[in-house]
Amino acid sequence: MKKKHKRLLIRILAAAALFGAVYAADRLLSLPAYLRVACYLVPYCVAGYDVLWRCLRNILHGQIFDECFLMTVATVGALIIGEYPESVFVMVFYQTGELFQGLAVEKSRRSISGLMALCPDTAIRLQADGTEEEILPEEAEPGDLILLRPGDKVPVDGVVEDGRGAVDTAALTGESAPRDISPGDALISGSVNLTGVIKMRATAGFEGSAVAKILSLVEDAQNRKAKSEAFITRFARVYTPCVMGAAALLALIPSLITKNPADWCYRALIFLVVSCPCALVISVPLAFFGGIGGASAQGILIKGGNYLEALSTVSAAVFDKTGTLTNGSFSVSRVLPAPGVAEDELLRTAAAAEQLSTHPIAKALAAAANGALPAAENVQEKAGAGVEATVEGKRVLAGNARLLRENGVPFTPEEAEATVVYVAADQAYLGAVILRDLPKANAGQSLAALKRLGVKKLVMLTGDRENAAKPVAGELGIDEYRAGLLPQEKAAEMKKLSEARGKNETLCFVGDGVNDAPVLTLADVGVAMGALGSDAAIEAADVVLVDDDLSRLPLAIAIAKKTRRIVRENVIFALGVKFAVLILAAFGLTNMWLGVMADVGVAILAILNSMRMLRRRKEKTGSR
Amino acid sequence: MKKAFRLEDLDCANCAAKMEAAIAKLPGVHKVTVSFMAQKMILEAEDDRFDEILTAAEKEIRRVEPDCRLLRK
Repeated sequence: MKKKHKRLLIRILAAAALFGAVYAADRLLSLPAYLRVACYLVPYCVAGYDVLWRCLRNILHGQIFDECFLMTVATVGALIIGEYPESVFVMVFYQTGELFQGLAVEKSRRSISGLMALCPDTAIRLQADGTEEEILPEEAEPGDLILLRPGDKVPVDGVVEDGRGAVDTAALTGESAPRDISPGDALISGSVNLTGVIKMRATAGFEGSAVAKILSLVEDAQNRKAKSEAFITRFARVYTPCVMGAAALLALIPSLITKNPADWCYRALIFLVVSCPCALVISVPLAFFGGIGGASAQGILIKGGNYLEALSTVSAAVFDKTGTLTNGSFSVSRVLPAPGVAEDELLRTAAAAEQLSTHPIAKALAAAANGALPAAENVQEKAGAGVEATVEGKRVLAGNARLLRENGVPFTPEEAEATVVYVAADQAYLGAVILRDLPKANAGQSLAALKRLGVKKLVMLTGDRENAAKPVAGELGIDEYRAGLLPQEKAAEMKKLSEARGKNETLCFVGDGVNDAPVLTLADVGVAMGALGSDAAIEAADVVLVDDDLSRLPLAIAIAKKTRRIVRENVIFALGVKFAVLILAAFGLTNMWLGVMADVGVAILAILNSMRMLRRRKEKTGSR
Repeated sequence: MKKAFRLEDLDCANCAAKMEAAIAKLPGVHKVTVSFMAQKMILEAEDDRFDEILTAAEKEIRRVEPDCRLLRK
């Protein structure tokens, strides 16, 4: 608790105790009027002297309609018409609300900066002669050699030069499992070195590193306000003067007619207490702030409240295929050995023949045929066809149909939905291996979660051929897909989809952000995955997922929906209660106690409700 | 030029909204955001008169909330 808040707390407690004592004395003893005023003024001043002072000062500055003014008029008015206990109670309760608001904001800010405590205070740079030098992360430059001891945070982005160990990237990605690292692996700033001493080579300065980008992203998010936030600010600007005007009319007109001014003034004072706008104005941004902060703790960086709002109404999600829905690399999907040949043998032979090649197909074969491979000799790459090599004394051919046909090997052509590698040894056909770009392991699950969250249409746009797109769309339950699109055609498709969407629905596009910047900007919400490395993607996207894990997308939408629900609850609740009390007050059916409850109590409840966004637990993405 | 400044003792959300509205009206200001949650002001204004505009903004801030201080970095 800050000193300021502590002081206020002590004052509130003291004022409350004094008030209790005075109230009891007032009830039990019949005090003379002047003594009653004097006694009630003590707790009143203890609780509210600063409100009075600020009101006075603000009036001198030309700021009339602020909350201090409202409270001053309401309480002084109550004192004048002889409602002493009410006056003191309103002041004490108002200050309690202020304290609460201050604490809530303080806490939510701290928990977010806690999430954002990614950056180490210092880093150790190794000089050319091997001596260590302590520097600030801001001073690190690309090419510097930096020493990481166990427990150190990675200060800038870089590559492991020497040493092995594990890093914890939870602060950046929300992923709690440590990641193993060895020389050559990339290190993202903000992750924590868990074990072992590691030397890393900086690849970026501080400004260009992931940490600095994330920090500026989240801080700048305040710059783009959600529609509901702008609405409530505008509303408050009208609401307060209107209620004050109503209060003035209520005090003047009936008083002239009924000749019972004290009663009507009392009702007008309740209006003034209720006209305070702060509960409304704080509850909405607090919820968005919490939503953006909570999301960033899960590795979802949202560039503004408006995008969080748009995410909550996504009705159609459009995906790029390669690298977004699929792994973006080949893997073996089926092995079709010729009769009498073992699957293992086929894979091993193919992998052995291809082992010296750097083609992605060769890597996929090697990964599938795990274990040591026999050596290959006399390797000849046949460009655009495959390879020919001697493996264990046999002349092996591995490649496309043309390669086998040219060499006169009889084979069974396979229905090619993807890339097929035919294999033959000493002119005998061994079989075929089918490779394709497989969907990500959790893609199906994530898309199903999106559907449960109310995303009606899933669309895939790809530049790949029809026969590569169809199986992916089928496996993942994609509703529509378009294959063979050129980049500009993707943009045209996107425009069509965006015209087809309903009025209060939004369209989101998910891609890797590198090649699809124009499409990203066409969507209501552009989501870039695994894009921390690319400035262009961060620039173009509205939401950045720190890695390419698709399950973050339903999580982001779930957080957005929850934020929207909280905002709605707060606004409806706050306005509902205020209007109810205004009506009751106009008819003289309520008192000032309830009036201040309606103002401060509602503010406290709205704040508590908003702070639910900050609770750090995994959001459920399911519907139940 | 766009710069962010920390605001100390910005105590009320409505005041932040008022400051924002007042600063936005100053000549030379392109865009301004006063964030109560972040306790920050992000000011976008003409380059060559930035300091002058900032001083004017500081005055507006003090007028709305006398206790609030703008920290120049």
